[in-house]
Amino acid sequence: MGQTIVQKILARASARPTVAVGDVVEPAVDLAMSHENGALVINQFLEIYQRTGLEPRVWDPARIAIIFDHRVPAESAKTATNQKRIREFVRAQAIAKFHDIRGDQGGICHQILPENGYVRPGAVVVGTDSHTTTHGALGAFAFGIGATEMAAVWALGKVLNVEVPATIKVVVRGQLPPRVQSKDLILHLIGRITAEGANFKVLEFHGDGIRAMPTSSRLTISNMAVEAGATAGIVPADEETVRYLREEAGVTDALDPVAPDPDATYDQVIEIDAASLGPHVARPHMVDNVAPIADTLGTKVDQIVIGSCTNGRLEDLAIAAEILKGRRVADGVRMLVFPASWKIYREALDRGHLAALADAGAVIMNPGCGCCLGVHQGALGDGEVALSTTNRNFLGRMGNPKAEVYLCSPAVAAASALTGTISDPRK
Amino acid sequence: MPNVVLALGDDISTDAIYPGRYMATVLPTETPQFAFADLTEFNARLTQQAVPPGSVVVAGQNFGCGSSREQAASALKGHELVVVAKGFARIFLQNAINLGLRTVICPSIAASEGDELEVGPSEVVNRTTGLHFPIVPLPEARQAIVNAGGLIPYARKKLLARTVAG
Repeated sequence: MGQTIVQKILARASARPTVAVGDVVEPAVDLAMSHENGALVINQFLEIYQRTGLEPRVWDPARIAIIFDHRVPAESAKTATNQKRIREFVRAQAIAKFHDIRGDQGGICHQILPENGYVRPGAVVVGTDSHTTTHGALGAFAFGIGATEMAAVWALGKVLNVEVPATIKVVVRGQLPPRVQSKDLILHLIGRITAEGANFKVLEFHGDGIRAMPTSSRLTISNMAVEAGATAGIVPADEETVRYLREEAGVTDALDPVAPDPDATYDQVIEIDAASLGPHVARPHMVDNVAPIADTLGTKVDQIVIGSCTNGRLEDLAIAAEILKGRRVADGVRMLVFPASWKIYREALDRGHLAALADAGAVIMNPGCGCCLGVHQGALGDGEVALSTTNRNFLGRMGNPKAEVYLCSPAVAAASALTGTISDPRK
Repeated sequence: MPNVVLALGDDISTDAIYPGRYMATVLPTETPQFAFADLTEFNARLTQQAVPPGSVVVAGQNFGCGSSREQAASALKGHELVVVAKGFARIFLQNAINLGLRTVICPSIAASEGDELEVGPSEVVNRTTGLHFPIVPLPEARQAIVNAGGLIPYARKKLLARTVAG
């Protein structure tokens, strides 16, 4: 019987010929990623070694990545102290893939990993961040775990007690119309299957609509797979994946991708006609409260946010710049732009995107998670409304439970910045 | 008999359980003060020690959706709350198991704040309404971690076994 991609990756990582859905395995980890919550991982890691008489050493410092992104530069003494502890640990353990708060190497973890070629097709990637699903766009099995589970990975090099998940196959046919983006596609899917529609399962993406997309667009889709509850959102590697890794990520060594069998067994098959999709918006306060843009047109907004691990990539800044070039962000609206990495920042600078956005009135922020998780750099006032290209709109998400967050694509965000109300970028 | 101290609906996110603005706080001794911080009245009852250990939070589907922040589990564990939900999001459930927060999957649970609940091994009995609700057992792989007293002792045992074998 055929195997899904997650079955094949887990079989390989567990040195078994095959695995069945529900089997419990302990896959070897290819890459283990943390950000500022590495401070908690360190505590739990040292705790595991208590009373063992063993010297705490991570299993493989070359396979651990730590990227500062959630609160950069530090917004508080507490964060700065956590970051300081992590730097000391990184030095002591010789952790190789460390990205500090620096303009020559920093950014959001879910952009830093792909753009540096750290993620390979067929790999097992874990991260102490729910949006670790992002890396499924490169054909890896990538999933979020908690800090204690990561501590066990640092100690043992494998994830303990992983149950092989069932898979939902998503087939995307046709190509998205102009100014309709992969964000609209994933919002549409989440609206269809709900925020728990893929709980404990993997979404596996297929079809010519996916094949036609550049990796940057696929990263958006895999990023938000977790918003449907999915453990992972995997796009099996293809020619585009190889192109991205070779040309954009500078990978020169051999790749060893894994493909699902043609006769794999799926829990469910969902078909999406991309050509018929328009822009979509997720309304407060749930990511699955999705509507076609027509249902939200005219909603007044106070803050526009373009950026995050979902939509802070070059193509996102490019479409926003195209829409805003030579025009002006509406009075009374503040627009914040967070490029996903400093590499993207530089490219957007070179291409004139950042100038076009700043000339229109946008504030160009430093790369990082920014206001997405409600810690700093753009909290909302009581009763205010944000329209954001980020991935979550839970009550209180942007730092204020008395505010509202709508989620959309970069094109919708840019078009709405011009009017101060939710607007259709196709018009 | 433990009481239901909070009855919630579906899709309670980790932002609701532990808001992102407190994420720089990581120590399990410090996170409990921010449990359900935006539910200000309930949070005040927790921090004033007005909620006895073993009290039950009842919720609908997809409890703990969203962020992987382990503080959401450690904050509730700090108050020794028991979460009885129709369903849990994956990462939260795993974090809860890893830290020893008692989580009970009870797909048909119906209870209101103030009800008395008896949480047994195979069913939840609402002593106030007299209704019985079956519990879905944890998958075997997760139960093994519960039985070990959490992931830290479980991982420690694996580490020592490897060293001996190694």
